[in-house]
Amino acid sequence: MRGTLTVFRKEISDYFSSKIFLILLALIYIAGLGFAFLSIQSIKSAPMSTDQALLVKVFIDELFFLKLYTVGEIKAIMTFNLVRFFGAFIPLIGILFGFNAINSERNSGNMSRILSQPIYRDNLINGKFLAGITSLSIMIASIILIILGIGFRTIGVPPTSEEILRIFIFIIICIIYGAFWMSLSLLFSVIMRNVAAAILTAIPIWLFLTFFWPFIAPQIADQIIPVTDGSSLATQLKNLSLSVDLLRISPFILFYESTAAIVDPTLGHFALRITESDLSKLIARPLSLSQSLLQIWPQLIVVIALAIICFAVSYVVFMKQEIRST
Amino acid sequence: MININKNINLLNYDKSFKSNMESFKSNYVSTVQVNKEKNNQNSNISLGSPLIIAKNLTKQYNGKAAVNNLNLTINKGEIFGLLGPNGAGKSTFILMLLGLTEPTSGQITVAGFNSTKEPIRVKRITGYLPERLGFYEDLTARQNLKYTAELNGIPEREIENKIQEVLEIVGLDNVKNNLVSTFSKGMKKRLGIADVLIKDPQLAILDEPTEGLDIKIANQILDNIKILNKEKNITFLISSHQLNLIQKICSRIGIMSKGKLIGEVKIDLLSRGLFGEGRYIIEIEVSNITDEVLNKIKEIDKVVKVNKKDNVIEVISDEDIRPQISKIIVDNNLLLTRMNIKDSSLEEIYLKYFKED
Repeated sequence: MRGTLTVFRKEISDYFSSKIFLILLALIYIAGLGFAFLSIQSIKSAPMSTDQALLVKVFIDELFFLKLYTVGEIKAIMTFNLVRFFGAFIPLIGILFGFNAINSERNSGNMSRILSQPIYRDNLINGKFLAGITSLSIMIASIILIILGIGFRTIGVPPTSEEILRIFIFIIICIIYGAFWMSLSLLFSVIMRNVAAAILTAIPIWLFLTFFWPFIAPQIADQIIPVTDGSSLATQLKNLSLSVDLLRISPFILFYESTAAIVDPTLGHFALRITESDLSKLIARPLSLSQSLLQIWPQLIVVIALAIICFAVSYVVFMKQEIRST
Repeated sequence: MININKNINLLNYDKSFKSNMESFKSNYVSTVQVNKEKNNQNSNISLGSPLIIAKNLTKQYNGKAAVNNLNLTINKGEIFGLLGPNGAGKSTFILMLLGLTEPTSGQITVAGFNSTKEPIRVKRITGYLPERLGFYEDLTARQNLKYTAELNGIPEREIENKIQEVLEIVGLDNVKNNLVSTFSKGMKKRLGIADVLIKDPQLAILDEPTEGLDIKIANQILDNIKILNKEKNITFLISSHQLNLIQKICSRIGIMSKGKLIGEVKIDLLSRGLFGEGRYIIEIEVSNITDEVLNKIKEIDKVVKVNKKDNVIEVISDEDIRPQISKIIVDNNLLLTRMNIKDSSLEEIYLKYFKED
């Protein structure tokens, strides 16, 4: 335990003084504040707006504070709001925090020196993982809470306890999601001796699952269950559910589904299927927090399981790896 | 061909054990007392008794033995040299000693602690300087040592003094706040030695401590090792393929080849010139060799054999008979150009064993 703590302390201080941490922090703050600004603009303009979709989005339920994270949107490749942005950006933080954790120690010749100190071998990997997760948590939690603070000033009413609770759960989901990506890149850093190889493996996986899979999955579903204009409703449904199932291979989709249900409780359960034109037809009935949680439980469990599996594999591989001095 | 087997006690531990104990007892009588007072409470091993014991140690990588049935005992207070070409299994042996690699079979203990089962206890009293030594380049020398000290659980208030102390020993105290990335190779090695010392080890393992360093710095490091061995009673295990280094400071060496310990040599015997069947070889160069002189030398007690090559006479004897020989030469009005005991350098042993490689 002492070993883990010592490694943890050193790694944390390394993170906070590293350039990569500062750059990522700056990026996530700029993006977060940008989206928050867009959201506030939309919320403010909604009462006078003639745009029905916007009206629905803002006034569909009374959880105004959550709107800070969902209403501001940018249309690029796909529609981005802060939640989706987190879904795309958090993996990058996780990857950048983990890809050189073990192999750089090995390559720099620190590994055998550190492991010859009276600590257990897992102290090293545990300490590093915990330090990475802590830095990631500080990053994400701080920007989410800053947005909350700004929203409080702008909207002028205090958030309800349910809103606070939902935002808190949102932070937790972000951290779990980041932990998965970090343990994945940690795994690469254990398996691959070359630092560049580790990151060049992790980044394409992130790119593919986040940006390409959402377009590819429906195509595959269409190939397996073709849908034409004349198709029966049953076939269309089959196609849709297959496509959703395929989409869920990507952790990005799992993250998006779960966070959408938490911060967008009315629309969340249609997260993947809703179109702009459907919005106005919706009956405004936000799910209660417990119902929202119930809905995202499977997604959340899968992300947690993925994180645990990746970490467990890297842990086992690392423990069994030969420590050679050359 | 000279037979050197007698000198190299091929895996003959009991014998080398006893003689080592004798020699160390006599050499270190004065320091034993100090040692007993200063020594860490967690081990009461006195000088000359076994510190490292390896029994039938074997390590296989994919069925190929890196270390093969190795038996070795290293005593407290020794500077033991582990000599062998690259790939002989030296590093693997050290990794097993530190519990970083599990032996396929056999066992190794350090100060009574099993390296495989109680690695933490072993690592607490053992400092290790790896062959490919690395530090965190973006931290200063002091910060690097602080990390090591913390990993060793040294109390916060003692750390700064400890760092100052070990940096002074290796002569780096004036650059302690410089980033390690600005350090030269030699400075890094010295920092490595400071890193080993910060935990007050009983045993220090140095893997190629002077490789790639210039002679001046290498000698500084060797001097450090000697002083630490004497003053702090640190036992050293030095692995190297550099003969001269091993010969300079080690009290005993083990020669490894292909995972096996193929010989053990006591350095003091070597430097006295005892070589080949436990005999002395004396070389004499004189102005003019006469048969009369040769015969007279042959008549000296203890002389086994006399060979003549040009102007050089080679005398093999059981004792150092240089005084008698010089008297004969002077009595016969010959001019003595040179007379010396042939130093059986480690190189010859090395070459003999590694010829087949």
